[in-house]
Amino acid sequence: MKVGRVIGTMVCNQKVDGIKGLKFLIVRPLNADLSVAGDPFVATDSSDQAGEDDLVTYEESREAALCHDPWFVPVDHAVVGIISQYVYQDTWENP
Amino acid sequence: MILGRVCGTVVATVQHPFYEGRKQLVVRAIKPDGSWDGDNYRVCVDIVDSGMGDIVLVEDEGNTARQLLSAPNGPVRSVIVGVVDMITMGDPMPDLPVGEATGYLGEGDSPGDA
Repeated sequence: MKVGRVIGTMVCNQKVDGIKGLKFLIVRPLNADLSVAGDPFVATDSSDQAGEDDLVTYEESREAALCHDPWFVPVDHAVVGIISQYVYQDTWENP
Repeated sequence: MILGRVCGTVVATVQHPFYEGRKQLVVRAIKPDGSWDGDNYRVCVDIVDSGMGDIVLVEDEGNTARQLLSAPNGPVRSVIVGVVDMITMGDPMPDLPVGEATGYLGEGDSPGDA
């Protein structure tokens, strides 16, 4: 899993049967310190409730497909959860 | 498997049912000398009770993760499988006999030729 920020939603009417009924989000990938880590991608939403500006966790590749039922849907990024608390620290007094 | 340091925690109330009740930690990859390995990181499921600042061993492979968590169809890839107590490392790049190779294989030249 990695961390990302939802920056938008996407709607498409014509799609293959495997992804019918799924909600699409535009997600910007982030580093562990929440700095931007690259270009945005489209992900499905297995939490069902994510929206714009939400900090989310997402799964990539085969694990993304496993988020859905049936699990062989043609998906390569899926939002797993909406983060309500995120703690990060990368310096310690006694490393 | 990758070596990492636990840098943070993730709490989510709305999430995939598989992750309910599972502790999720942010682990940044480190090199054996303790320095960061770039920006590489993972949010991992913890099954060994590790905590903030610990150096841990992370299994970053889907099938292994699903076996460890006994979830044949779980959408999970990264699992913390160990808390590291100590790392010992010899010379990371021992001197190789540069220039003493056995010669190159050209026409009429085999390694066995005297």
